[in-house]
Amino acid sequence: MTTVHGGVLDRPDVAGAPHGERTIRVARTGRVAPADGDGTATTPAPGTHWDRFTVPVTSARMTVLDALMHIRARLDPTLDVRHSCFHASCGTCGMHVDGRDVLGCVTRLADLPDGEVDVEPLRNQAVVSDLVVDLEALYEGFDAIGMPLVRTSELVPASRPADGVPFLGRFEDCIECGLCVSACPVECTDGVYAGPAVLGAAWRVIEEPRDADPDAAFAFVDGDQGAWRCHLAFECSEACPSDALPAEHIMHLRRGLLRHRLAALFGHRGGASEGSA
Amino acid sequence: MTTPDSAPLSAPLSGRGGRPRRRGVGGWADPRGRHLGGLAFMLNRLSGLGVLVYLYLHLVILWQLARGPEAWDGFVALASSPVVLVFDVVLLAGLLLHGLNGVRIGLVGLGLVEHRQKALFVALALGAILVAGIAALRIFEVA
Repeated sequence: MTTVHGGVLDRPDVAGAPHGERTIRVARTGRVAPADGDGTATTPAPGTHWDRFTVPVTSARMTVLDALMHIRARLDPTLDVRHSCFHASCGTCGMHVDGRDVLGCVTRLADLPDGEVDVEPLRNQAVVSDLVVDLEALYEGFDAIGMPLVRTSELVPASRPADGVPFLGRFEDCIECGLCVSACPVECTDGVYAGPAVLGAAWRVIEEPRDADPDAAFAFVDGDQGAWRCHLAFECSEACPSDALPAEHIMHLRRGLLRHRLAALFGHRGGASEGSA
Repeated sequence: MTTPDSAPLSAPLSGRGGRPRRRGVGGWADPRGRHLGGLAFMLNRLSGLGVLVYLYLHLVILWQLARGPEAWDGFVALASSPVVLVFDVVLLAGLLLHGLNGVRIGLVGLGLVEHRQKALFVALALGAILVAGIAALRIFEVA
Protein backbone atom coordinates (compact mmCIF):
# COMPACT_ATOMS: atom_id res chain seq x y z
CA MET A 1 0.00 0.00 0.00
CA THR A 2 1.32 3.42 -0.77
CA THR A 3 2.05 6.23 1.57
CA VAL A 4 1.11 9.79 0.73
CA HIS A 5 3.79 11.02 -1.62
CA GLY A 6 3.61 14.70 -0.87
CA GLY A 7 6.90 15.36 -2.62
CA VAL A 8 5.50 14.79 -6.08
CA LEU A 9 3.37 17.89 -5.78
CA ASP A 10 6.49 19.96 -5.37
CA ARG A 11 8.29 18.58 -8.40
CA PRO A 12 9.25 21.38 -10.80
CA ASP A 13 7.47 19.72 -13.71
CA VAL A 14 4.29 19.23 -11.73
CA ALA A 15 4.13 22.41 -9.68
CA GLY A 16 3.53 25.72 -11.40
CA ALA A 17 0.80 27.65 -13.13
CA PRO A 18 -2.43 25.65 -13.55
CA HIS A 19 -3.28 24.33 -17.01
CA GLY A 20 -6.93 24.02 -16.08
CA GLU A 21 -8.67 21.23 -14.24
CA ARG A 22 -9.50 17.59 -14.94
CA THR A 23 -12.16 15.46 -13.35
CA ILE A 24 -10.81 12.10 -12.32
CA ARG A 25 -13.42 9.38 -11.82
CA VAL A 26 -11.98 6.64 -9.67
CA ALA A 27 -13.46 3.18 -9.17
CA ARG A 28 -13.45 2.45 -5.46
CA THR A 29 -13.56 -1.25 -4.74
CA GLY A 30 -13.51 -2.94 -1.38
CA ARG A 31 -12.01 0.16 0.09
CA VAL A 32 -10.20 -0.12 3.37
CA ALA A 33 -11.72 2.30 5.87
CA PRO A 34 -9.57 4.94 7.54
CA ALA A 35 -7.50 3.65 10.43
CA ASP A 36 -9.65 2.87 13.37
CA GLY A 37 -8.28 2.52 16.89
CA ASP A 38 -5.11 0.49 16.56
CA GLY A 39 -5.18 0.93 12.81
CA THR A 40 -5.95 -2.68 12.03
CA ALA A 41 -9.72 -2.45 11.60
CA THR A 42 -10.88 -2.55 7.99
CA THR A 43 -14.32 -2.24 6.54
CA PRO A 44 -14.71 -3.37 2.95
CA ALA A 45 -17.12 -1.27 0.95
CA PRO A 46 -20.31 -3.06 -0.09
CA GLY A 47 -19.36 -2.87 -3.75
CA THR A 48 -17.66 -0.87 -6.43
CA HIS A 49 -18.67 2.73 -6.81
CA TRP A 50 -17.25 5.75 -8.56
CA ASP A 51 -15.84 8.80 -6.83
CA ARG A 52 -15.24 12.02 -8.75
CA PHE A 53 -12.37 14.37 -7.94
CA THR A 54 -11.51 17.67 -9.57
CA VAL A 55 -7.76 18.02 -9.85
CA PRO A 56 -5.77 21.09 -10.94
CA VAL A 57 -3.55 20.34 -13.91
CA THR A 58 -0.31 22.04 -13.03
CA SER A 59 1.78 20.94 -15.98
CA ALA A 60 1.39 19.61 -19.49
CA ARG A 61 3.47 16.67 -18.29
CA MET A 62 1.21 15.87 -15.32
CA THR A 63 0.42 12.17 -15.24
CA VAL A 64 -2.52 10.13 -14.01
CA LEU A 65 -0.42 9.01 -11.05
CA ASP A 66 0.40 12.64 -10.25
CA ALA A 67 -3.34 13.36 -10.21
CA LEU A 68 -3.99 10.39 -7.94
CA MET A 69 -1.22 11.54 -5.62
CA HIS A 70 -2.88 14.95 -5.50
CA ILE A 71 -6.15 13.28 -4.55
CA ARG A 72 -4.45 11.32 -1.81
CA ALA A 73 -2.56 14.32 -0.49
CA ARG A 74 -5.23 16.99 -0.71
CA LEU A 75 -8.68 15.49 -1.25
CA ASP A 76 -9.06 11.94 0.05
CA PRO A 77 -6.23 10.22 1.92
CA THR A 78 -8.17 6.96 1.96
CA LEU A 79 -7.65 6.39 -1.76
CA ASP A 80 -5.40 3.37 -2.16
CA VAL A 81 -2.86 3.50 -4.97
CA ARG A 82 0.33 1.49 -5.29
CA HIS A 83 3.40 3.09 -6.81
CA SER A 84 7.11 3.34 -6.36
CA CYS A 85 9.48 4.64 -9.03
CA PHE A 86 7.43 7.15 -11.08
CA HIS A 87 9.29 6.20 -14.28
CA ALA A 88 7.86 2.91 -15.59
CA SER A 89 10.55 0.82 -14.00
CA CYS A 90 8.93 -0.85 -11.00
CA GLY A 91 5.63 -1.90 -12.61
CA THR A 92 3.57 -1.25 -9.51
CA CYS A 93 1.20 1.49 -10.73
CA GLY A 94 -0.62 -0.50 -13.42
CA MET A 95 -4.22 0.62 -13.82
CA HIS A 96 -7.08 0.70 -16.33
CA VAL A 97 -7.40 4.27 -17.57
CA ASP A 98 -10.06 5.28 -20.09
CA GLY A 99 -10.35 1.72 -21.36
CA ARG A 100 -6.63 1.00 -21.67
CA ASP A 101 -4.25 -0.84 -19.39
CA VAL A 102 -1.40 1.52 -18.61
CA LEU A 103 1.18 2.53 -16.06
CA GLY A 104 -0.23 5.62 -14.33
CA CYS A 105 3.22 7.14 -13.89
CA VAL A 106 3.86 7.58 -17.63
CA THR A 107 0.33 8.28 -18.82
CA ARG A 108 -0.06 12.00 -19.25
CA LEU A 109 -3.43 13.62 -18.68
CA ALA A 110 -2.82 15.75 -21.77
CA ASP A 111 -2.65 12.61 -23.92
CA LEU A 112 -6.06 11.37 -22.78
CA PRO A 113 -9.34 12.34 -24.46
CA ASP A 114 -11.09 15.44 -23.15
CA GLY A 115 -13.62 15.03 -20.40
CA GLU A 116 -13.57 12.85 -17.34
CA VAL A 117 -10.71 10.43 -16.86
CA ASP A 118 -11.92 7.01 -15.71
CA VAL A 119 -9.43 5.18 -13.53
CA GLU A 120 -10.08 1.58 -12.53
CA PRO A 121 -7.94 -1.20 -11.08
CA LEU A 122 -6.42 -3.70 -13.49
CA ARG A 123 -8.82 -6.35 -14.68
CA ASN A 124 -8.74 -10.12 -14.33
CA GLN A 125 -6.91 -9.81 -11.03
CA ALA A 126 -8.21 -9.72 -7.50
CA VAL A 127 -8.65 -6.22 -6.13
CA VAL A 128 -7.11 -5.69 -2.74
CA SER A 129 -8.42 -2.18 -2.36
CA ASP A 130 -9.37 0.62 -4.75
CA LEU A 131 -6.65 0.64 -7.44
CA VAL A 132 -4.46 -1.97 -5.80
CA VAL A 133 -4.64 -5.49 -7.23
CA ASP A 134 -3.14 -8.69 -5.91
CA LEU A 135 -0.20 -9.79 -8.07
CA GLU A 136 0.48 -12.89 -6.00
CA ALA A 137 -0.88 -15.21 -8.69
CA LEU A 138 1.55 -13.69 -11.18
CA TYR A 139 4.50 -14.28 -8.87
CA GLU A 140 3.33 -17.84 -8.19
CA GLY A 141 3.35 -18.47 -11.92
CA PHE A 142 6.90 -17.17 -12.29
CA ASP A 143 7.99 -19.41 -9.43
CA ALA A 144 6.21 -22.40 -10.95
CA ILE A 145 8.05 -22.22 -14.25
CA GLY A 146 11.40 -21.64 -12.60
CA MET A 147 11.94 -18.08 -13.76
CA PRO A 148 14.77 -16.56 -11.80
CA LEU A 149 14.26 -12.90 -11.03
CA VAL A 150 17.73 -11.83 -12.12
CA ARG A 151 19.91 -13.51 -14.69
CA THR A 152 23.66 -13.21 -14.73
CA SER A 153 23.68 -11.79 -18.24
CA GLU A 154 21.72 -8.78 -17.07
CA LEU A 155 24.62 -7.75 -14.91
CA VAL A 156 27.11 -7.76 -17.80
CA PRO A 157 26.63 -4.84 -20.20
CA ALA A 158 28.61 -6.52 -22.99
CA SER A 159 26.76 -9.83 -22.70
CA ARG A 160 25.93 -11.64 -25.91
CA PRO A 161 23.00 -13.91 -26.70
CA ALA A 162 23.41 -17.59 -25.86
CA ASP A 163 23.62 -20.12 -28.68
CA GLY A 164 20.29 -20.35 -30.44
CA VAL A 165 18.99 -17.07 -29.01
CA PRO A 166 18.62 -14.60 -31.89
CA PHE A 167 18.80 -11.37 -29.94
CA LEU A 168 18.58 -10.04 -26.41
CA GLY A 169 14.95 -9.02 -26.65
CA ARG A 170 14.48 -11.04 -23.54
CA PHE A 171 11.61 -11.56 -21.17
CA GLU A 172 13.70 -10.18 -18.35
CA ASP A 173 12.41 -6.89 -19.73
CA CYS A 174 9.16 -7.85 -18.01
CA ILE A 175 8.54 -5.54 -15.06
CA GLU A 176 5.79 -7.81 -13.66
CA CYS A 177 3.15 -5.10 -13.76
CA GLY A 178 0.19 -7.32 -14.68
CA LEU A 179 -0.98 -5.11 -17.57
CA CYS A 180 -0.85 -8.07 -19.97
CA VAL A 181 -3.12 -10.13 -17.72
CA SER A 182 -5.59 -7.25 -17.57
CA ALA A 183 -5.58 -6.78 -21.36
CA CYS A 184 -5.93 -10.47 -22.27
CA PRO A 185 -9.47 -11.28 -23.52
CA VAL A 186 -9.08 -14.96 -22.62
CA GLU A 187 -8.52 -13.97 -18.99
CA CYS A 188 -11.95 -12.30 -19.03
CA THR A 189 -13.64 -15.70 -18.82
CA ASP A 190 -10.94 -18.13 -17.75
CA GLY A 191 -9.58 -18.20 -14.23
CA VAL A 192 -7.33 -21.20 -14.85
CA TYR A 193 -5.38 -19.92 -17.83
CA ALA A 194 -1.70 -19.45 -17.00
CA GLY A 195 -1.73 -16.02 -18.65
CA PRO A 196 0.64 -14.14 -20.93
CA ALA A 197 3.25 -13.06 -18.38
CA VAL A 198 3.84 -16.55 -17.01
CA LEU A 199 3.81 -18.19 -20.45
CA GLY A 200 6.17 -15.60 -21.89
CA ALA A 201 8.54 -16.18 -18.99
CA ALA A 202 8.25 -19.95 -19.51
CA TRP A 203 9.54 -19.52 -23.04
CA ARG A 204 12.58 -17.73 -21.71
CA VAL A 205 13.34 -20.64 -19.40
CA ILE A 206 13.06 -23.02 -22.36
CA GLU A 207 14.96 -20.78 -24.75
CA GLU A 208 17.82 -20.21 -22.36
CA PRO A 209 17.47 -22.74 -19.54
CA ARG A 210 20.80 -22.28 -17.80
CA ASP A 211 20.37 -24.45 -14.72
CA ALA A 212 16.60 -24.85 -15.06
CA ASP A 213 14.96 -27.93 -16.58
CA PRO A 214 13.25 -27.01 -19.87
CA ASP A 215 11.36 -30.31 -19.91
CA ALA A 216 9.64 -29.36 -16.68
CA ALA A 217 8.72 -25.97 -18.11
CA PHE A 218 7.39 -27.66 -21.26
CA ALA A 219 5.26 -30.00 -19.13
CA PHE A 220 3.88 -27.08 -17.16
CA VAL A 221 2.71 -25.07 -20.17
CA ASP A 222 1.69 -27.93 -22.50
CA GLY A 223 -2.01 -28.14 -21.79
CA ASP A 224 -5.43 -26.66 -22.39
CA GLN A 225 -4.77 -23.89 -19.89
CA GLY A 226 -1.21 -23.31 -20.97
CA ALA A 227 0.24 -22.14 -24.27
CA TRP A 228 -2.58 -23.65 -26.34
CA ARG A 229 -5.24 -21.58 -24.54
CA CYS A 230 -3.97 -18.33 -26.06
CA HIS A 231 -6.31 -17.06 -28.79
CA LEU A 232 -3.83 -14.76 -30.50
CA ALA A 233 -5.43 -11.43 -29.67
CA PHE A 234 -1.94 -9.99 -29.05
CA GLU A 235 -3.46 -7.47 -26.63
CA CYS A 236 -0.85 -8.46 -24.05
CA SER A 237 2.00 -7.31 -26.27
CA GLU A 238 0.12 -4.11 -27.09
CA ALA A 239 -0.34 -3.34 -23.40
CA CYS A 240 3.19 -4.27 -22.32
CA PRO A 241 4.99 -1.06 -21.27
CA SER A 242 8.46 -2.58 -21.61
CA ASP A 243 8.19 -4.39 -24.96
CA ALA A 244 8.63 -7.82 -23.42
CA LEU A 245 6.33 -9.16 -26.19
CA PRO A 246 4.55 -11.91 -24.24
CA ALA A 247 2.30 -12.91 -27.18
CA GLU A 248 5.25 -13.45 -29.49
CA HIS A 249 6.93 -15.51 -26.78
CA ILE A 250 3.81 -17.67 -26.44
CA MET A 251 3.97 -18.33 -30.19
CA HIS A 252 7.65 -19.33 -29.80
CA LEU A 253 6.54 -21.57 -26.95
CA ARG A 254 3.99 -23.29 -29.19
CA ARG A 255 6.56 -23.86 -31.90
CA GLY A 256 8.92 -25.23 -29.29
CA LEU A 257 6.19 -27.50 -27.90
CA LEU A 258 5.41 -28.79 -31.36
CA ARG A 259 9.05 -29.61 -32.04
CA HIS A 260 9.36 -31.12 -28.60
CA ARG A 261 6.36 -33.40 -29.27
CA LEU A 262 7.63 -34.37 -32.70
CA ALA A 263 11.07 -35.10 -31.29
CA ALA A 264 9.51 -37.27 -28.58
CA LEU A 265 7.37 -39.04 -31.20
CA PHE A 266 10.38 -39.94 -33.30
CA GLY A 267 12.57 -40.79 -30.34
CA HIS A 268 14.81 -37.77 -30.57
CA ARG A 269 15.34 -35.50 -27.59
CA GLY A 270 15.04 -31.93 -28.80
CA GLY A 271 17.02 -29.32 -26.93
CA ALA A 272 15.78 -25.85 -26.09
CA SER A 273 17.92 -24.30 -28.80
CA GLU A 274 16.02 -26.27 -31.41
CA GLY A 275 12.84 -24.54 -30.37
CA SER A 276 14.20 -21.05 -30.52
CA ALA A 277 13.71 -18.67 -33.37
CA MET B 1 17.34 -21.11 -8.68
CA THR B 2 13.76 -22.21 -8.38
CA THR B 3 12.92 -25.65 -9.62
CA PRO B 4 10.01 -25.70 -12.07
CA ASP B 5 6.90 -27.59 -11.11
CA SER B 6 6.54 -30.31 -13.72
CA ALA B 7 2.82 -30.77 -13.14
CA PRO B 8 0.56 -29.30 -15.85
CA LEU B 9 -1.49 -26.33 -14.83
CA SER B 10 -4.83 -27.62 -13.57
CA ALA B 11 -5.95 -25.12 -10.98
CA PRO B 12 -6.08 -21.35 -10.85
CA LEU B 13 -3.02 -19.63 -9.55
CA SER B 14 -4.23 -18.22 -6.30
CA GLY B 15 -3.86 -14.78 -4.86
CA ARG B 16 -4.73 -13.16 -1.60
CA GLY B 17 -7.05 -10.45 -2.77
CA GLY B 18 -10.13 -12.59 -3.21
CA ARG B 19 -12.01 -13.19 -6.42
CA PRO B 20 -10.38 -11.78 -9.56
CA ARG B 21 -12.29 -9.04 -11.29
CA ARG B 22 -13.17 -10.74 -14.58
CA ARG B 23 -15.53 -9.14 -17.07
CA GLY B 24 -16.89 -12.33 -18.59
CA VAL B 25 -18.24 -12.33 -22.13
CA GLY B 26 -18.57 -8.55 -21.95
CA GLY B 27 -14.80 -8.41 -21.69
CA TRP B 28 -13.83 -10.12 -24.91
CA ALA B 29 -16.86 -8.88 -26.87
CA ASP B 30 -16.22 -5.23 -26.05
CA PRO B 31 -14.33 -3.57 -28.93
CA ARG B 32 -13.42 -0.46 -26.92
CA GLY B 33 -9.71 -0.10 -26.34
CA ARG B 34 -8.88 -3.14 -28.46
CA HIS B 35 -6.07 -3.20 -31.01
CA LEU B 36 -6.10 -4.95 -34.37
CA GLY B 37 -5.24 -8.40 -33.00
CA GLY B 38 -7.92 -8.07 -30.33
CA LEU B 39 -10.49 -6.99 -32.90
CA ALA B 40 -9.51 -9.95 -35.10
CA PHE B 41 -10.02 -12.28 -32.14
CA MET B 42 -13.42 -10.71 -31.39
CA LEU B 43 -14.56 -10.85 -35.04
CA ASN B 44 -13.46 -14.46 -35.29
CA ARG B 45 -15.54 -15.46 -32.28
CA LEU B 46 -18.59 -13.47 -33.36
CA SER B 47 -18.42 -14.75 -36.95
CA GLY B 48 -18.00 -18.28 -35.58
CA LEU B 49 -21.14 -17.89 -33.50
CA GLY B 50 -22.95 -16.45 -36.54
CA VAL B 51 -21.93 -19.42 -38.67
CA LEU B 52 -23.10 -21.76 -35.91
CA VAL B 53 -26.52 -20.07 -35.85
CA TYR B 54 -26.67 -20.32 -39.65
CA LEU B 55 -25.96 -24.06 -39.47
CA TYR B 56 -29.17 -24.59 -37.50
CA LEU B 57 -31.04 -22.19 -39.78
CA HIS B 58 -29.83 -24.20 -42.74
CA LEU B 59 -31.23 -27.39 -41.21
CA VAL B 60 -34.60 -25.65 -40.76
CA ILE B 61 -34.50 -24.61 -44.42
CA LEU B 62 -33.80 -28.15 -45.54
CA TRP B 63 -36.68 -29.32 -43.38
CA GLN B 64 -38.97 -27.34 -45.73
CA LEU B 65 -38.32 -30.00 -48.37
CA ALA B 66 -40.13 -32.52 -46.25
CA ARG B 67 -43.21 -30.32 -46.12
CA GLY B 68 -43.90 -30.57 -49.85
CA PRO B 69 -43.41 -28.51 -53.05
CA GLU B 70 -45.59 -25.59 -51.96
CA ALA B 71 -43.63 -25.02 -48.77
CA TRP B 72 -40.38 -25.19 -50.75
CA ASP B 73 -41.63 -22.76 -53.40
CA GLY B 74 -42.66 -20.39 -50.63
CA PHE B 75 -39.18 -20.55 -49.16
CA VAL B 76 -37.56 -19.92 -52.56
CA ALA B 77 -39.70 -16.81 -52.96
CA LEU B 78 -38.62 -15.63 -49.51
CA ALA B 79 -34.98 -16.37 -50.30
CA SER B 80 -35.15 -14.06 -53.33
CA SER B 81 -36.23 -11.05 -51.29
CA PRO B 82 -33.66 -8.23 -50.94
CA VAL B 83 -33.45 -8.60 -47.16
CA VAL B 84 -32.49 -12.27 -47.43
CA LEU B 85 -30.03 -11.48 -50.22
CA VAL B 86 -28.31 -8.93 -47.98
CA PHE B 87 -28.24 -11.59 -45.27
CA ASP B 88 -26.58 -13.95 -47.78
CA VAL B 89 -23.84 -11.40 -48.45
CA VAL B 90 -23.26 -10.86 -44.72
CA LEU B 91 -23.15 -14.62 -44.24
CA LEU B 92 -20.62 -15.04 -47.02
CA ALA B 93 -18.47 -12.22 -45.62
CA GLY B 94 -18.59 -13.87 -42.19
CA LEU B 95 -17.64 -17.25 -43.61
CA LEU B 96 -14.75 -15.77 -45.57
CA LEU B 97 -13.50 -13.76 -42.61
CA HIS B 98 -13.71 -16.73 -40.27
CA GLY B 99 -12.09 -19.13 -42.69
CA LEU B 100 -9.29 -16.86 -43.83
CA ASN B 101 -8.58 -15.73 -40.27
CA GLY B 102 -8.36 -19.42 -39.42
CA VAL B 103 -5.46 -19.67 -41.85
CA ARG B 104 -3.83 -16.71 -40.10
CA ILE B 105 -4.37 -18.30 -36.69
CA GLY B 106 -2.81 -21.52 -37.93
CA LEU B 107 0.27 -19.79 -39.27
CA VAL B 108 0.74 -17.34 -36.40
CA GLY B 109 -0.29 -19.82 -33.72
CA LEU B 110 2.48 -22.19 -34.63
CA GLY B 111 5.04 -19.44 -34.34
CA LEU B 112 5.71 -19.13 -38.06
CA VAL B 113 4.82 -15.49 -38.78
CA GLU B 114 3.99 -14.04 -35.37
CA HIS B 115 5.65 -10.72 -36.16
CA ARG B 116 3.45 -10.30 -39.24
CA GLN B 117 0.10 -11.08 -37.63
CA LYS B 118 -1.34 -7.60 -38.17
CA ALA B 119 -0.34 -7.34 -41.82
CA LEU B 120 -1.65 -10.85 -42.41
CA PHE B 121 -5.02 -9.98 -40.90
CA VAL B 122 -5.32 -6.80 -42.94
CA ALA B 123 -4.47 -8.66 -46.15
CA LEU B 124 -6.89 -11.50 -45.46
CA ALA B 125 -9.67 -9.16 -44.32
CA LEU B 126 -9.27 -7.10 -47.49
CA GLY B 127 -9.44 -10.34 -49.49
CA ALA B 128 -12.63 -11.33 -47.69
CA ILE B 129 -14.18 -7.92 -48.34
CA LEU B 130 -13.18 -8.04 -52.01
CA VAL B 131 -14.62 -11.51 -52.58
CA ALA B 132 -17.79 -10.68 -50.62
CA GLY B 133 -18.16 -7.48 -52.67
CA ILE B 134 -17.84 -9.32 -55.98
CA ALA B 135 -20.27 -11.97 -54.70
CA ALA B 136 -22.73 -9.26 -53.68
CA LEU B 137 -22.67 -7.78 -57.19
CA ARG B 138 -23.26 -11.22 -58.72
CA ILE B 139 -26.03 -12.10 -56.25
CA PHE B 140 -28.01 -8.91 -56.91
CA GLU B 141 -27.26 -9.13 -60.64
CA VAL B 142 -28.78 -12.61 -60.84
CA ALA B 143 -31.69 -11.68 -58.57
